[in-house]
Amino acid sequence: MAQSSSSSTGPMLGADILVEALIREGADVIFAYPGGCSMPIHQSLTRYKDRIRTVLPRQEQGGGFAAEGYARVTGRAGVCLATSGPGATNFTTCLADAKMDSLPMVAITGQVPSGVIGTDAFQETPMVGIAQPITKHHYLVQRTEDIARIVKEAFYVAQSGRPGPVLIDVPKDMQNREVVPDWNAPMNLPGYRPDRKISEAELDRAMEMIRSARKPVIYCGGGITSSGAWNELREFAEKTRIPVTTTLQGIGNFPAEHYLSLHMLGMHGTVYSNYAVNDADLLLAFGVRFDDRVTGKLEAFCQHGKIIHIDIDPSELNKNKPAQLPVESDIRYALGQLNKRLSEKPLNSDYTGWLRQIDQWREEDPLRFDPIPGKIIPQQAIQVLWEKVKKRGWLDRTIVTTGVGQHQMWAAQFWKFNDPRLWVTSGGLGSMGFGLPSAMGAQLAYPDRLVIDVDGDGSFIMNIQELATLKAENIPVKVLLLNNQHLGMVMQWEDRFYASNRAHTYLGLGDDQPPYPDFVTICKGFGIESRNVSADKDLDAALEEMITSKGPYVLNVQVPHQEHVLPMIPSNMTVKDMIKS
Amino acid sequence: MRHLLSALVQNQPGVLAQVAGMLASRGYNIDSLAVGETEQAELSRMTFVVRGDDRVLDQVRKQLEKVVTVVQVHDISSEAFVERDLMLVKVEAPPERRGELKNLIDIFRGRIVDVSRTAMMIEISGTENKVQAFVDVLRPYGIIELARTGRIALVRSSADHRETTDK
Repeated sequence: MAQSSSSSTGPMLGADILVEALIREGADVIFAYPGGCSMPIHQSLTRYKDRIRTVLPRQEQGGGFAAEGYARVTGRAGVCLATSGPGATNFTTCLADAKMDSLPMVAITGQVPSGVIGTDAFQETPMVGIAQPITKHHYLVQRTEDIARIVKEAFYVAQSGRPGPVLIDVPKDMQNREVVPDWNAPMNLPGYRPDRKISEAELDRAMEMIRSARKPVIYCGGGITSSGAWNELREFAEKTRIPVTTTLQGIGNFPAEHYLSLHMLGMHGTVYSNYAVNDADLLLAFGVRFDDRVTGKLEAFCQHGKIIHIDIDPSELNKNKPAQLPVESDIRYALGQLNKRLSEKPLNSDYTGWLRQIDQWREEDPLRFDPIPGKIIPQQAIQVLWEKVKKRGWLDRTIVTTGVGQHQMWAAQFWKFNDPRLWVTSGGLGSMGFGLPSAMGAQLAYPDRLVIDVDGDGSFIMNIQELATLKAENIPVKVLLLNNQHLGMVMQWEDRFYASNRAHTYLGLGDDQPPYPDFVTICKGFGIESRNVSADKDLDAALEEMITSKGPYVLNVQVPHQEHVLPMIPSNMTVKDMIKS
Repeated sequence: MRHLLSALVQNQPGVLAQVAGMLASRGYNIDSLAVGETEQAELSRMTFVVRGDDRVLDQVRKQLEKVVTVVQVHDISSEAFVERDLMLVKVEAPPERRGELKNLIDIFRGRIVDVSRTAMMIEISGTENKVQAFVDVLRPYGIIELARTGRIALVRSSADHRETTDK
């Protein structure tokens, strides 16, 4: 039975030590799908059910993505569990995804008993070997005595420095052995030193560069989220009057409705943010990694400007783009120090001309779309929903998740986030099927918030089985399904670069057939409330019904497939090559 | 340009595989890699010879340091260091050529560690160049097979305190 006295000194099962250790690290929910080699842990989870909620996803990938959703909105490690073999390999996409987007996650996998490891036993895969390049760290438990220490280390590594996923592979015999746990065993991480702080000399140099800049731009990303630096960022921007553009993962770290906000940059970023970076004489790159979707052609990116690049991960500095001032530092600390210096000696630069230039670009090329009378286009559905949520005063407590593709970019463009940790999207890996399960994880972290999965029909069906989890666990996630019967982003590239030749990007049954599949009927089978909407006059009421529904809800919005995400800087090209219409 | 990197790593299963896998997956060119235990039971030392410009080397070093089980990485190329490469080589040695071979082995300060009627095995250590020169000298006699450890290296004591790249 669960020991409420956490300092119990008697012998415990390895599985109980594992679960107790998770709870000690603050885990309150675990996404867990059972199998032969993880059964002892599941048995233990029933004994601890008062202290940790176990949610059964309908596929391990759903559990992994849910853990990521939980991690993104809380900043704490999401926890998931799968059995050995196929259960474990279903985690691989989630691990790679969390690694790319620097999300803290502790993934636990059952493993065949240690005596038969290496014999091709039933449901055996070498999970640690598989996970090595796609995790921040990983463990194969070799002694039950080590479990308490390993769990402590796993959470520490996952959540500190540049966050990331940690895998713990636990052979079944380790789960079943009884030992006296040592809760105070010290961590054994001599090579792990995540704390990095900007030096005084670097601060001097940075301030010097900032003071001499005429056309500076802040380019900030997920590092701001991870280090919790959004307040410091805002203070810095307002103190200096330097405009701010964010990456896809940086969205929400600076209020989108702020005058200094240039919105997202990069391939589908705003025209004015990309122009600003192109013209900048100083780029303040804070918690970013110069991803190719941001930079396009590297040599041409910010070619006139100097770069100050501050990141906690030294390997990001000078990796893709050399910086005049590369700084290894926690960005929150660095911004705090810069703000202190600005308070002592305010900046007397006058950016009026620069900001006026940006205003002009913004007025000439705002984000826009052209509604089609009678129909609903995807951008419009997102925009109208955003206005509705804003009008209700719910913006600061509404979480949006997405799949991957056109709908994801439109959500990034037309949902204006003014607060951090409300935007959950698979950026680096670009994993379709991310939206529904990550929404599930986010909702479990914040049961009282409105959580909306803005999804596409291609992405949605990849993890549609999680509708069962929503129903069984009564998780009231809403799905705004922008259904264009196509894999829209690939279709868009076909239109632009392959003479519109459709190469397996159509998901329907033919123009003479009704849209396929019939999502409302599917939802009915899962016991989920759902309806179709396709006419613009019905959109408002349908959205209203969705956001005021009590339980999970799927709104299938039938949209035309001809829309393209614009603007667009084609892969490996430059601002000059930007497609605006 | 070739660089010599020396890394201390936690002596745990899978560390070598991880480091080798990371280097391969990022496309770094490793000329040689030697691993062995150190004076501390919980640590091993890996010595790499890496080819690439300064930027490549900088990335290799940082990516190595990022591996949680890697404790310390040290680029010793620019320092005073001692390097050795150990080789065992089996060469054809009919009785009439043994004297000649013995002379060569003495010049290179090698040692004969096994002799049969037709062949002998020689042990030699030294810098990579020296070992390579010895291989070239032996080649005409008929090398049957050889094995090399790859380079290992330590910084000289007088320079030991300089430029340690702790993480």
